[in-house]
Amino acid sequence: MKERSENITSKVPAVIALALILLLWWGLCASGMIPSYMLPSPADVVRAFIGDFPNLMYHAKTSLQEAAYGLVIGIGLAFVIATVMDRFRWLDQALSPILVITQTIPTIAIAPLLVLWMGFGMAPKITLVVITTFFPIAVGLLEGYRSVDPDEISLMRAMGADRYQIFRFVKFPSALPHFFSGLKISASYAVVGAVISEWLGGFEGLGVYMTRVKKAYAFDRMFAVIILIVIISLLLMALVDLIRTVSMPWTEVKAEHRNERT
Amino acid sequence: MEALSTQHITKSFSGRVIIEDISIRLMENELVSLLGVSGSGKTTLFNVISGILQPDSGQVLLRGEDVTGHPGKISYMLQKDLLLEHMKVIDNVSLPLRLNGISKKEARMRTGPLFEEFGLKGTQELYPAAMSGGMRQRAALLRTYLGSQGGVALLDEPFSALDTITKGQIHTWYLDIMEKIDLSTIFITHDIDEAILLSNRIYIMTGAPGQIKDEIVIDRPRNDRKEFNLTEEFLSCKRKVLKTLEGK
Ligand SMILES: Nc1ncnc2c1ncn2[C@@H]1O[C@H](COP(=O)(O)OP(=O)(O)OP(=O)(O)O)[C@@H](O)[C@H]1O
Ligand SMILES: [Mg+2]
Repeated sequence: MKERSENITSKVPAVIALALILLLWWGLCASGMIPSYMLPSPADVVRAFIGDFPNLMYHAKTSLQEAAYGLVIGIGLAFVIATVMDRFRWLDQALSPILVITQTIPTIAIAPLLVLWMGFGMAPKITLVVITTFFPIAVGLLEGYRSVDPDEISLMRAMGADRYQIFRFVKFPSALPHFFSGLKISASYAVVGAVISEWLGGFEGLGVYMTRVKKAYAFDRMFAVIILIVIISLLLMALVDLIRTVSMPWTEVKAEHRNERT
Repeated sequence: MEALSTQHITKSFSGRVIIEDISIRLMENELVSLLGVSGSGKTTLFNVISGILQPDSGQVLLRGEDVTGHPGKISYMLQKDLLLEHMKVIDNVSLPLRLNGISKKEARMRTGPLFEEFGLKGTQELYPAAMSGGMRQRAALLRTYLGSQGGVALLDEPFSALDTITKGQIHTWYLDIMEKIDLSTIFITHDIDEAILLSNRIYIMTGAPGQIKDEIVIDRPRNDRKEFNLTEEFLSCKRKVLKTLEGK
């Protein structure tokens, strides 16, 4: 109970800061310093959000699907590559630089190429999401595998464990916290990645919708889309946190224990 | 009968000899302690005996069979308790069974009844983070015992996390347990009283490079050691040990 109230108090500054920004935004619009067709007021945006809601949901569904498929494939790929790289040192040395290089390629630059290669359907969008989400997860896993206490491996070996058992009982569980840190970052990239690739062509999705309302100079609806993307990304990150807590119940105990001691 | 012996074991790290020409033996049902100052190479010797470290030369024999560099045959409790934080205590403790292909459920069923005997009643479903240092060590001890189908256990400072009062109780309890489970054990300690109180024999190790300096036999039967530490016999043993440690 005490912990919960602490949690709430720690969020107070963030809520105040957010409220101040909204107030500033509203003030700027109300004062008439910025014409409303350039910067719609918060009230306009809320109105657009509500009025456009069915449309927004329709397009959000597509973007979310692309993000989810991309994320799942990204996780799978990251798991395989990181695990194999950890197992074989030479592969690690061979692939590490390439992985880093792929991360310096600007997303926005390869998106059109992907569209040219794969057409206007979901494939290029999913691919882009895979490319952007794969890296943080792979890095997280690799770091996690390496964070293992070597004495724990000694213990497992002394008990006669084989390589797979060492992986299953020691390496993988110690990598989980790092994996989830990576996954959280990736989850926030996933929707944005899908939207960016939709800008460059497609029939539905929040990115497509965004280009449409932009052409119509409907800035209030444009803002509504942006806010929806933010909300979805935040929800995804919260979902990752939830899965993390559920799948790692022991970290809960640790935190409680620490609180009791202090 | 000889349970375990080492033959002329030498091990060096990057050119520095850590332990040199170590030959010790352990009889069935015997409790032998390895006493020596910090850094004399006691843990290194255990790593070699357990098979997780390959010696430069020498052999480890388990009932005559050469097990040098073959881990998994001798039960080993490492210097740290090394309970895996992500598993409940009962799963930690029953890990040796599961590594041998026994299912989680079956392993839990076999392990559960031993908790009380090891002073761990009611901790089955806890995570290690919620246990005190002494409880953790007992859990590690139980895990070591469950992995000891080979009948030989190595314990690296098993009681170091305990205060003197608890230690006294644990020693009595431990002697009882040892009596029951027929386990031949070598254990490392810094504590001279503990070594004399618990063991049949004491190997004294001196450092740089680590060598066995002397072997002291404690004649009094292990089940007759109540208030042993108040006797003249105990003191004379202790004097002998101290002399050897000081290198006289
Ligand atoms: N993997 C290793 N690589 C290099 N040096 C090592 C390694 N393991 C141990 N040593 C060295 O070997 C020496 C003996 O270490 P060891 O841990 O065996 O001592 P110990 O007798 O167990 O000491 P303590 O009582 O403090 O546990 C130390 O000087 C240590 O630095
Ligand atoms: Mg040691």
